[in-house]
Amino acid sequence: MAPEEIAEILKDTFGASITDTEFESAHPRVVVAADAWPEVAAFLRDDDRLQLNFLRSISAVDYLEDDKFAAVYDLASYRPGKTDSDAWALTNAVAVQVWTDRNDPHIPSVAHVWRAADWHEREAYDLMGVIFDNHPDSVEGLNGFHPRRILCPDDWEGHPLQKDYAFPMEYHGIPAVTELNQTRPIH
Amino acid sequence: MSWIENRFEEGLIITSLDWAINWGRRYSIWPMTFGLACCAIEMMAIGGSRFDVDRFGAGAFRASPRQADLMIVAGTVTYKMASRVKRLYNQMPEPKYVMAMGACTIGGGPYFKNGYHVVKGVDLVVPVDIYVPGCPPRPETLLEGIMRLQDKIKNSSIATDKWTGAKEAALTA
Repeated sequence: MAPEEIAEILKDTFGASITDTEFESAHPRVVVAADAWPEVAAFLRDDDRLQLNFLRSISAVDYLEDDKFAAVYDLASYRPGKTDSDAWALTNAVAVQVWTDRNDPHIPSVAHVWRAADWHEREAYDLMGVIFDNHPDSVEGLNGFHPRRILCPDDWEGHPLQKDYAFPMEYHGIPAVTELNQTRPIH
Repeated sequence: MSWIENRFEEGLIITSLDWAINWGRRYSIWPMTFGLACCAIEMMAIGGSRFDVDRFGAGAFRASPRQADLMIVAGTVTYKMASRVKRLYNQMPEPKYVMAMGACTIGGGPYFKNGYHVVKGVDLVVPVDIYVPGCPPRPETLLEGIMRLQDKIKNSSIATDKWTGAKEAALTA
């Protein structure tokens, strides 16, 4: 099923929650409002026509100029084929884009829909700072609950892949060398 | 060997003893099984039959830092890993040696400029005896590094051994 057909099914079902579509690009996608996203996700997975039961990846994108973050969910469908030879053939594929405000980035978690989203959302929080609400592996921070970090240490400051990220100059007593001929410590 | 170290002046009396101890130490360097990234693949290669580090007495890779003499830091050291590297180094018995293997470990390598998470050289965390450059170094290069470490051990003396505190005493005197 082509992405256009999937978008039509979603528009018929959810109406205004599907805010935009983009099929001209190399990455055809449907833009979904953040509030409606878990509901749409459950529909995408469970609807008999779509059966998008496989979350390939979550990409967080930093649009610094627009003061926005976007989370892009690449979805695919693996379902039994009609004959033995095309068993578990890939049939449907579409991407979903969810926008959020850069200063208060909150997107509802879909880890209860696709288990793969658990670690992907943790990574997106760790490296980009997008907070996925109601994530199953949340910890309490200064500004409420957020997913637990997955790559950086738990006490790491900032989110390294943000475009305005400032590099740490020191971490637990280890200096960050910035000059090629900077003096080395004598042990 | 604390009962004998640092009890002699440098001289004729202990040179034969030095020779015997250094001979034993340099041909039984037991490295720690400790790989962090792609350099560890080359480190594994020297343990195999083609390069066979056992010819130089350094083939007994120990799975515990408490049995190891040499820590080959093979791979990118991240800030998250740095505390573990330091802890492993502290767990090794003296005399202990550290080899910085590869560009990342020597000075951050390709992550020097834009790697927010990479320690810019493991010598910021633990003292390093031998630097083996390369990305990753070929196994022959690593064998060369082990031979240079053997040279370093060969020229040490129990009278001025850094493990006994003689170095610090000499510096402060």
